[in-house]
Amino acid sequence: MEKGKGVMGSGRRWAVDFSDNSTAPSSRDIPDPPGFSRASMDQDDSAVSRQKKDAEANWKAQKAWEVAQAPFKNLLMMGFMMWMAGSTVHLFSIGITFSALWQPISALQGVGKVFEPYKDNKVDLLGPKLLFIALNLGGLALGVWKLNTLGLLPTHASDWVSSLPPAQEVEYSGGVIPL
Amino acid sequence: MAIRSFLFLLLLFFSSLNPILSLYEDQVGLMDWHQQFIGKVKQAVFHTQKTGRKRVVVSTEENVIASLDLRHGEIFWRHVLATNDVIDGIDIAIGKYVITLSSGGSILRAWNLPDGQMVWESSLQGPKHSKSLLLVLTNLKVDKDNVVIVFTNGRLHAVSSIDGEVLWKKDFEAESLDVQQVIQPPGSDLVYVVGFAASSQFEMYQINARNGELLKHESAAFSGGFLGEVSLVSSETLVALDSTGSILLTISFHNGKISFQQTPISNLVGDSLGPAAITPSSVTGIFSLKVNAITIFIRVIGEGKLEVLEKTNLKTAVSDALSISEGKQAFALIQHAGSEIHLTVKPADDWDGNLLKESIKMDRQRGLVHKVFINNYIRTDRSYGFRVLIVMEDHSLLLLQQGEIVWSREDGLASIIDVTTSELPVEKDGVSVAKVEHNLFEWLKGHMLKLKGTLMLASPEDMAAIQSMRLKSSEKSKMTRDHNGFRKLLIVLTRAGKLFALHTGDGRIVWSHLLQSLHKPQACQHLIGLNLYQWQVPHHHAMDENPSVLVVGRCGPSLDAPGVLSFVDTYTGKELSSLSLAHSVAQVIPLPYTDSTEQRLHLLIDADQHAHLYPKTPEAIGIFQREFSNIYWYSVEDDNGIIKGHALKSKCTSEVADEFCFDSRELWSVVFPSESEKIIATVTRKLNEVVHTQAKVIADQDVMYKYLSRNLLFVATAAPKASGEIGSVTPEESWLVAYLIDTVTGRILHRVTHHGSQGPVHAVFSENWVVYHYFNLRVHRYEMSVIEIYDQSRADDKDVWKLVLGKHNLTSPISSYSRPEVITKSQSYFFTHSLKSIAVTSTAKGITSKQLLIGTIGDQVLALDKRFLDPRRSVNPTQAEKEEGIIPLTDLLPIIPQSYVTHALRVEGLQGIVTVPAKLESTTLVFAHGVDLFFTQLAPSRTYDSLTEDFSYALLLITIVALVAAIFVTWILSERKELQEKWR
Repeated sequence: MEKGKGVMGSGRRWAVDFSDNSTAPSSRDIPDPPGFSRASMDQDDSAVSRQKKDAEANWKAQKAWEVAQAPFKNLLMMGFMMWMAGSTVHLFSIGITFSALWQPISALQGVGKVFEPYKDNKVDLLGPKLLFIALNLGGLALGVWKLNTLGLLPTHASDWVSSLPPAQEVEYSGGVIPL
Repeated sequence: MAIRSFLFLLLLFFSSLNPILSLYEDQVGLMDWHQQFIGKVKQAVFHTQKTGRKRVVVSTEENVIASLDLRHGEIFWRHVLATNDVIDGIDIAIGKYVITLSSGGSILRAWNLPDGQMVWESSLQGPKHSKSLLLVLTNLKVDKDNVVIVFTNGRLHAVSSIDGEVLWKKDFEAESLDVQQVIQPPGSDLVYVVGFAASSQFEMYQINARNGELLKHESAAFSGGFLGEVSLVSSETLVALDSTGSILLTISFHNGKISFQQTPISNLVGDSLGPAAITPSSVTGIFSLKVNAITIFIRVIGEGKLEVLEKTNLKTAVSDALSISEGKQAFALIQHAGSEIHLTVKPADDWDGNLLKESIKMDRQRGLVHKVFINNYIRTDRSYGFRVLIVMEDHSLLLLQQGEIVWSREDGLASIIDVTTSELPVEKDGVSVAKVEHNLFEWLKGHMLKLKGTLMLASPEDMAAIQSMRLKSSEKSKMTRDHNGFRKLLIVLTRAGKLFALHTGDGRIVWSHLLQSLHKPQACQHLIGLNLYQWQVPHHHAMDENPSVLVVGRCGPSLDAPGVLSFVDTYTGKELSSLSLAHSVAQVIPLPYTDSTEQRLHLLIDADQHAHLYPKTPEAIGIFQREFSNIYWYSVEDDNGIIKGHALKSKCTSEVADEFCFDSRELWSVVFPSESEKIIATVTRKLNEVVHTQAKVIADQDVMYKYLSRNLLFVATAAPKASGEIGSVTPEESWLVAYLIDTVTGRILHRVTHHGSQGPVHAVFSENWVVYHYFNLRVHRYEMSVIEIYDQSRADDKDVWKLVLGKHNLTSPISSYSRPEVITKSQSYFFTHSLKSIAVTSTAKGITSKQLLIGTIGDQVLALDKRFLDPRRSVNPTQAEKEEGIIPLTDLLPIIPQSYVTHALRVEGLQGIVTVPAKLESTTLVFAHGVDLFFTQLAPSRTYDSLTEDFSYALLLITIVALVAAIFVTWILSERKELQEKWR
């Protein structure tokens, strides 16, 4: 295990692992100091470390839920901005709409990464993940709805026939006033 | 999807569009050109006094009076009179006024010679219609005034040339007097009026020119009668023909005594050659006679004795006499010999004593000499020199002097009767067109200048250099096809039967071709009704073929006269072949089919309703047979008020087997009641019009389907009483009916009556709409109406899923027999102008919005957005409709001064407006022709698909270079700084 590297994620810049449970002194480069007995120490600390681990798992779960709820604030802000942007097609409203579409999509793509730090075999991440996905999907839906109100979704017949070429005619009739 | 996003961008663009399309002053002449012509010269009067500029005043068949510079042939000034104001005669009085007699002799005008301003105008009335004659008495001076003698409408007027006041007038009551000549014997105050009465009576009146007093009236009868023209051989002798055309009469009325001398023509020329005709001229003692193709010159030697001077079968033209010194006259004679013309100037009293004999090489494409006008000048060695103005068969005007053509004017272009276009050759590798291209340095210099201009650093000289560089850009006049399709050939056919190819870049004549084969006398006597069609337009697989056009004409005025065809290569102007047809040509129908060499199939309908297929190849007949049952045609008989529809039946059942000839049968007819309706206008869509889409998206994403049938005919009928001039009927007895008729089935799709309105109707049909212009008698204003026609039977096809999956039948072929249900929308507006012509812009793909091009009565072309003529306009459009671009309804169509396409210019005598799509979708080429020609490029929705001409590439380039340099510099700086940071 590498030293000096944060394992607990945010808030801790470095840590030293004191809980080296290996009993064989030969595995270490430096011999144990005289009078130091590994076996006795292990027995003393085990209860404390379990407690610590539980606290950490709790903390992780809590954080995961927090992260999962984060898009909700985003959603509200997006909604406000969309309302501000109005329903006419111009640069601002298009920009907002596309960012409203892009954010949930990119967030959904990175679901695994967002919850990586809270991965723990003791923490159940399914709930937060589902909430996170649901909220982002909600954001996406909001974006699509905005797109539709702007009239940029091909949901009308007019969107599909606007470039339809004229139908061919079977008959041909010509003629002019005589020369 | 790409198209949709494109359309979306377009929509964005339109929403920011303002309807004014104008031009900056310095843009004039960049894309447009204007040429001025005068038409075929009828009469010319020289004005070559020692002081002042030498000029010639001419009147033409296009009703133009113009003063031309004799040195270069340029126009000093010009007036185009109205089409019904035909010029009968011109002359110069008191050395500074040009006198013109026009409108059947009822209007006499004087124009100031130096600047062409009108000085006075007199209206001359008379008891009856007659020949009109103009005579300026130059040697009769009354207070420095020349008296102008005008014989018109059976009355003789003497008019003062200073103010146009009528000094005296004299009626000729003799009910059937047909006045032939008004003569003034030199050096006397007398005027002779001579004419024929009751076809066998010769009448002579002697009148005092000072007060109009009748001094003497003599008449004599000649039992043989008189025929045609007379020729004046002296001031008291006339030569005429008897009614059989075989006896020459010398009529002398010396001292009021009339005597006839008869000389049979056969006595003079040996044997009888057929009917003769006198060529009118005014050479003393000599007249010329045309017998068949032979010209005979005869001298009158006292007492009615005649002597044949020359007999020639060369084509000959003679000028009037020119008095060169006291009592001496000379005249010019031009004879054709092969590719040369021989000009001889002879004195009137000595046939063999030539004053001048020259041979001049003449372009065969100019045809025969039609008219000769002679003028003299005094050389430095005090001898006489002669200059001759000649009018050719192709209506061009040339000045000959000292055996050379000094200048020439292509005035045939003043009477264009048909226009089509042709692409230019594709630029081939190895062809050194690159020569015209500027070299790199020049290019860079030009752009640097432009950049200076944009940054407002340029001095006035630089500005002038920029402007001339823009105008002379060699790019636009290259002889190869360009990427944007701006460079094309305009193929125009003139009334003289000559084809010209004009380059759209600068309007120069690339080639010209007189349709010789159509002019051969044995092939065709009176060629009329010429029309021009695109015969072969190679693209795709027939690129190595040259495009060609078809010229169709008819030999004679009757409908049964045989037709002639001529095929002309549009790259070279050479005639490929010509055909004299055995059948007549009543209609020409270009079919929408082409063969493997891209020759378009044409159906020629003859007077007996047989259809003849051209080209006569087995391949063409194969294509034709496949579509046999789907080809129809209609004929409009506007005299009878009938429109008939026809279909093909079978091969012709004549004795001569002709597999390209087909019988036809009548399918339907629409008969308009002759007592209440008379056809005054018909119009259809252009065959080559491209429509982008069948759907029209309206507000709230709704869709309307356009009824886009090519087989629609717009017909306007008016009450027979109301077909005359505006204001000749009361509103109650005048009405106008507009019809939309399907020409396959004869079904009337729409009919609307405008009560109290009358013609003339000018209409234009495009896509699914027709716009027409007429006069509303009730409100005394011109109106324009629009009818749009929509297909209601498709209106329900709005299921998105069907459309997404393509499970609709919107693009499947439709038949007129399916009786589609249509609805029409229409609206009318007032319009300020009366108009001469109306057209609509056409673009390559039909996406760009349309503009109407209106040829106004002031001979200008006005562009009017079609959006102003939208039947869905309402007084208060909803928000959605506003977004769609609907303009609030007003009762008057706006005329925005900036939207005159012709800006400050006028296309005198405007006849037609032709629009041709360029390859660039935004741009359309507009050609307006009349007496003048005008060409320009138009972008009805602005040039959204290209950079403007004045875009500064240099600025762009410099910006890019500067940006790249800045990127490098900042990158280096940041690298350095980072290094320093690391060392700290």
